[in-house]
Amino acid sequence: MSEERSGASILVESLVRQGVEYVFGYPGGAVLPIYDALFADTRIRHILVRHEAGAAHAAEGYARSTGKPGVVLVTSGPGATNAVTGIADAFMDSIPMIVITGQVATGLIGSDAFQEADTVGITRHCTKHNYLVKDPSDLAATIDEAFQIATQGRPGPVVIDIPKDVQVAVANYSEGAPQRVNRYTPTLRGTDKDIARAIELLANARAPIFYTGGGVINSGPRATELLRELQAKTGAPVTSTLMGLGAFPADHADWLGMLGMHGTYEANMAMNKADLMVCIGARFDDRVTGRLDAFAPNSTKIHIDIDRASFNKTVAVDLPILGDCTLVLEQLLAAWGDRKAQDLTEWKARINGWRARQSLAYPANKQAIMPQLAIERLYELTKQRNPVIATEVGQHQMWAAQYFPFFAPNKWLTSGGLGTMGYGLPAAIGAQLGNPDSLVIDIAGDASIQMNIQELGTATQYRLPVKVFVLNNEWMGMVRQWQELTYESRYSESYSDSLPDFVKLAEAYGWKGIRIEDESQLDAGIQAMIDHPGPVIVDCLVHKEANCFPMIPSGAAHTDMILYGDNVAGTMDDEAKALV
Amino acid sequence: MMKIKQQAAERHVLTITVDNEAGILAKIAGLFTARGYNIDSLTVADITENHAVSRITIVTHGPPAVIDQIHAQLERLVPVHKVIDLTEAGDHVERELALVKVKGTGDARVEALRLAEVFRAKVIDTTTSSFVFELTGDPGKIDRFVALMRELGLVEVGRTGVVGMMRGAEAA
Repeated sequence: MSEERSGASILVESLVRQGVEYVFGYPGGAVLPIYDALFADTRIRHILVRHEAGAAHAAEGYARSTGKPGVVLVTSGPGATNAVTGIADAFMDSIPMIVITGQVATGLIGSDAFQEADTVGITRHCTKHNYLVKDPSDLAATIDEAFQIATQGRPGPVVIDIPKDVQVAVANYSEGAPQRVNRYTPTLRGTDKDIARAIELLANARAPIFYTGGGVINSGPRATELLRELQAKTGAPVTSTLMGLGAFPADHADWLGMLGMHGTYEANMAMNKADLMVCIGARFDDRVTGRLDAFAPNSTKIHIDIDRASFNKTVAVDLPILGDCTLVLEQLLAAWGDRKAQDLTEWKARINGWRARQSLAYPANKQAIMPQLAIERLYELTKQRNPVIATEVGQHQMWAAQYFPFFAPNKWLTSGGLGTMGYGLPAAIGAQLGNPDSLVIDIAGDASIQMNIQELGTATQYRLPVKVFVLNNEWMGMVRQWQELTYESRYSESYSDSLPDFVKLAEAYGWKGIRIEDESQLDAGIQAMIDHPGPVIVDCLVHKEANCFPMIPSGAAHTDMILYGDNVAGTMDDEAKALV
Repeated sequence: MMKIKQQAAERHVLTITVDNEAGILAKIAGLFTARGYNIDSLTVADITENHAVSRITIVTHGPPAVIDQIHAQLERLVPVHKVIDLTEAGDHVERELALVKVKGTGDARVEALRLAEVFRAKVIDTTTSSFVFELTGDPGKIDRFVALMRELGLVEVGRTGVVGMMRGAEAA
């Protein structure tokens, strides 16, 4: 059955057809017809954010914690440009997202009309694909393809720019799947030859390591189970990138912890000394590899990835396997059959030697709360609730990654690739909507939290009981740390001056505010946060000069880590300064 | 003191078939600038009856690993159907068209015309003191012709950039 409907109405019907529950958005002139079509429509719930960046990050948090695509609706011009940071963030971290932007009427495009911006041009290189829809009869098929592109293959954000006249004009609309050519068919399975070769390498390795990433999480919970099965069969130790935390249980005997710049000593040493590296859904990011010419020099490298462009981008690999993590892991398990694992006793003994360095053992302090301790207590007191953790970006993010253990996928929301301060609070809001019964906590820093602080109002409006746990050290801590390490402690503009009173700020937004000033208040403060049924900000005053270690300094190799207790203050040469 | 280092580069000719949709050329050209790749020449025209598909030829240069990345990054774009690296794929032909305006009288003018015959360039416009030559060939031939004309009163050159195709009976 076909009937004439407005573009705005076709859009709403198409979103409903895709199973969209929530749209994160902010109205404006160029999307008024769409907002009118949404008015009183109970099938889609619109979440009104306070800034479009918040909408994009909330959609990311929703997507990352549920596995479903996040949907954003913003107006033209500043609405779209404000969302760009979140779009770029989703692009870097492969988060499925649909962003609908209003545009000035087709006749006005290019005339510098009010609130006009070249949204398709601006987002061209931070989207997986984007569209400018010029005819309402193209809308249904475009939206259908956009969801396919956003969610299949390597996930990512897709922008659909819809001029205002296209929202108003009518076209034929029929229910059911729109007719269109399928032009996107990512390769999902590895070739038998590659699988056989991978099994041969795995079966013969004496010092293998699994290096897993966000791709395992993106591939779905099944990939996580298969990873654990393959690990059990082969016995190889596992490390993960920041984005991959939760794919492998943090209490497992073969878990090495996170690798990379702030990874554990054992993870980085094992990466360096392995004879076989199996990279699954990770991309050899510079924060992971350290100095490239010293990266894992003696290993054969297998790289499983759904994006061919990830192969050999920074690190040359011996066996690239193009495919989806779930399917390739299934293939590997089938091909492994009932082989016996190699005796890895010697390799594990070396690893235990590195573990004995206890690289995460931080110095105790009687005067101030160590931020690492605050995270450890947060974990101990919340673990029964199996919480979802979001973070902002900086020292607190790394401490959360190091000291908050994860056991399941989709519980850890962080801005990895783009490193976007201000991600955590809106991401927590999106995650809370997607997981209404979960305890959702944004672990934040005093500087980062201010970047999207306006979203406190969003949580209040929708009665979302999100918790914000601020590690307040009155510094942009990671900047201060780098200045201490590489610029002889010239703290150029890294002090968080004129901080607000976070407790009063919480109260002003209708939140509960709790301040923790002393270690003796730590557990009670965290417990009060958990017990309060509504949203809470905890302002946890921590040691002001605590640094985040271990650390691979700029331009160094995995084997040149700085550990707690090393004398680190100083400077470094220009090559190293420029590298990262 | 730190200096910026350059890597050795090789020249490659890529043909890219794409959906002929708005913004595709900007997307491809922008990919090159965004990722720091080089474009030496770029040509584009639609090649199907219904104008649905275009063929783009890009001449680029870079280290082998970068060329491989360019190939993979292009294939990742949704409207891109197929990318062929002609240089990698083997025996192929390359052609370019140039318009070359030369001004002169007397011996120089006669010599220009004589050289044009040697190069099988066509005269497509003339006045008593000028010619416009049309010349096709591989880029090296055009370079040589233009260099000769420079001595004989070269005024202006327009070049299309390279189009290329695999030799033999099959489509690439």
